[in-house]
Amino acid sequence: MIPLLVLIPFFSLLILSLPFKNLMNRAGLWWVALLSLAQVALAVFHPVWFWESKINIWMLFFSFNSLVDSLTLVMLLSIGIVVFISLFVARYSLADERQRGNFVSMLLVALIGMNATVIVTDIFSLYVFIEITAVSSFVMIALQKDRFALEGAFKYFIMSAVATVMMLSAIALILFLSGSTSFSAVAAALANSSGSGLTRTAIALFVCGLLIKSGIVPFHGWLPDAYSSAPAPVSVALAGIITKVSGVYVLMRLVISVFGLMPELQNLLMFVGALSIVVGALAALTQNNFKRMLSYSSISQIGYIILALGCQTPLALFGAAFHIFNHAIFKSLLFVNAAAVEKQTGALNIDKMGGLSAKMPVTGATSAIAALSTAGIPPLSGFWSKLIIILALWNSGKFAYAAIALLASILTLAYFLTLQRKVFFGKIAHGLENIKEVGAGLIVPQVILAVLIIGVGLIFPLVFVWH
Amino acid sequence: MATRLIRAVVGLALTSAVLSIIIFRLSSPLAAVFELSVCSGLISVIFLTTISFTERVSQERLASRKAERFGRFWLLPFIIVICGAILSVIKFRIDFSLPRAIIDTDVRNIIWHLRHADLLGQVLILLAGAFAVVILFKEPKKDER
Repeated sequence: MIPLLVLIPFFSLLILSLPFKNLMNRAGLWWVALLSLAQVALAVFHPVWFWESKINIWMLFFSFNSLVDSLTLVMLLSIGIVVFISLFVARYSLADERQRGNFVSMLLVALIGMNATVIVTDIFSLYVFIEITAVSSFVMIALQKDRFALEGAFKYFIMSAVATVMMLSAIALILFLSGSTSFSAVAAALANSSGSGLTRTAIALFVCGLLIKSGIVPFHGWLPDAYSSAPAPVSVALAGIITKVSGVYVLMRLVISVFGLMPELQNLLMFVGALSIVVGALAALTQNNFKRMLSYSSISQIGYIILALGCQTPLALFGAAFHIFNHAIFKSLLFVNAAAVEKQTGALNIDKMGGLSAKMPVTGATSAIAALSTAGIPPLSGFWSKLIIILALWNSGKFAYAAIALLASILTLAYFLTLQRKVFFGKIAHGLENIKEVGAGLIVPQVILAVLIIGVGLIFPLVFVWH
Repeated sequence: MATRLIRAVVGLALTSAVLSIIIFRLSSPLAAVFELSVCSGLISVIFLTTISFTERVSQERLASRKAERFGRFWLLPFIIVICGAILSVIKFRIDFSLPRAIIDTDVRNIIWHLRHADLLGQVLILLAGAFAVVILFKEPKKDER
């Protein structure tokens, strides 16, 4: 029944495209929210009747080989949560019903693309569904058609096109080497010809393409513009999960299941990961735009994931997967906070804000929780994933990288404390005396995500067992 | 200019379809299906989206471009003649007859059974492209403004 994760959203998209616009615009949002919640439930409770069913009636007209392991479940869970939250934000922040309906349609396309990306076992199919996610992202970023949004979408589009060419070239070389595109066949062929120049070229091209998609330094130029200029719910979806699925997860999956442990690849990933951690954090320190600061913070946090992936020990890979989940939660919360602040103040310049926590206590408190989790402060969830990554690096002898990861947490704390001080603490800024807390439409997702951050942080040490 | 670009995109899609046939005749049905999938579907959508970003060209500019359209290719016939002369001198022979295709996997089997997921992907990418054009470039009705 695994193909249902793709088929049900697909048929939902076709139905939502029917010409009963008012009905579809209203019903579509709730239906997609229900789908995302169902996906969360399936990932958490792991019912056998769904994941291991042998019923093949839909295989009459649609079937593909799928892979479902722990990493897939983590990704499906993260996708479900972030899509649900971004729908909540859309309902509140996109006033125009037509625009909201368009957003829901494109988010549904992105959902199909992401779900299929995490379950396919074929590199060409992987590429096709990455592109589907990318096309929907371009459109969502440019949804409100203002100048900055179009510029952000265009930059993402161009960089994504470069990444596409690289990935396609790599797939062509891999097909030449292996005669197939399934993970197992490609892995076997690459293992047999690991020393050849063609193999290294193919892997290098593919990895470069995926690093562009992930927004890793030095390919991160598109990311701050795309994240900051997109409408609020799109920023939540992009930063929360889309970039992680189409770049980071695919890189993880290919390194683990297809390319294997190569010393050159290991060194490259660790280097760019560490570079991203530091450059992202330093750049975030200099920002005065709320969303741009969060964008550079995303680059830094994704650097942790790539660094752990480069380490390639089981503990490091576990830390990377856990940090993907944690980052999806706390980064989504931070962007929801940004949406709330923008909604109430009409701006995102943090130098012109101050004292908002008195007027917006829920937004202020949840923002502090997300910021502390990002910085790795115990007992929040972000602390555990960062600790695991640093321990994994230390245990495998990568002392310098472990030190960089640890010290960069101080930088993370620095820019988030700056953000908190400028936006939420101190004297209320002039002109903002009459603002109020946002409505339930944005309070509820903030509280949900904050509870998740605290809950995962408290429960994790009780359930985590490492042998 | 947008019309000419659209014709160029359609030409690209047709060229890739012909290329797919050639690849198929060279006994690589899998590569042929990939070529068809990528160029006819994915790239066309991306090009159409790019075209939609292009600005309108004024009539004067369009007329001046029409006049110089073929002018830039004046060197091409000379290059072809010179290349032909060189190839005839060095007695270069190209066997244009294609090998008899030994197809052990029917392309229908590849498209409808082996690459099922890509077919769905193709439909989705075309839907996404259609949505993109409608969402980004449809003018709102007068009473909605």
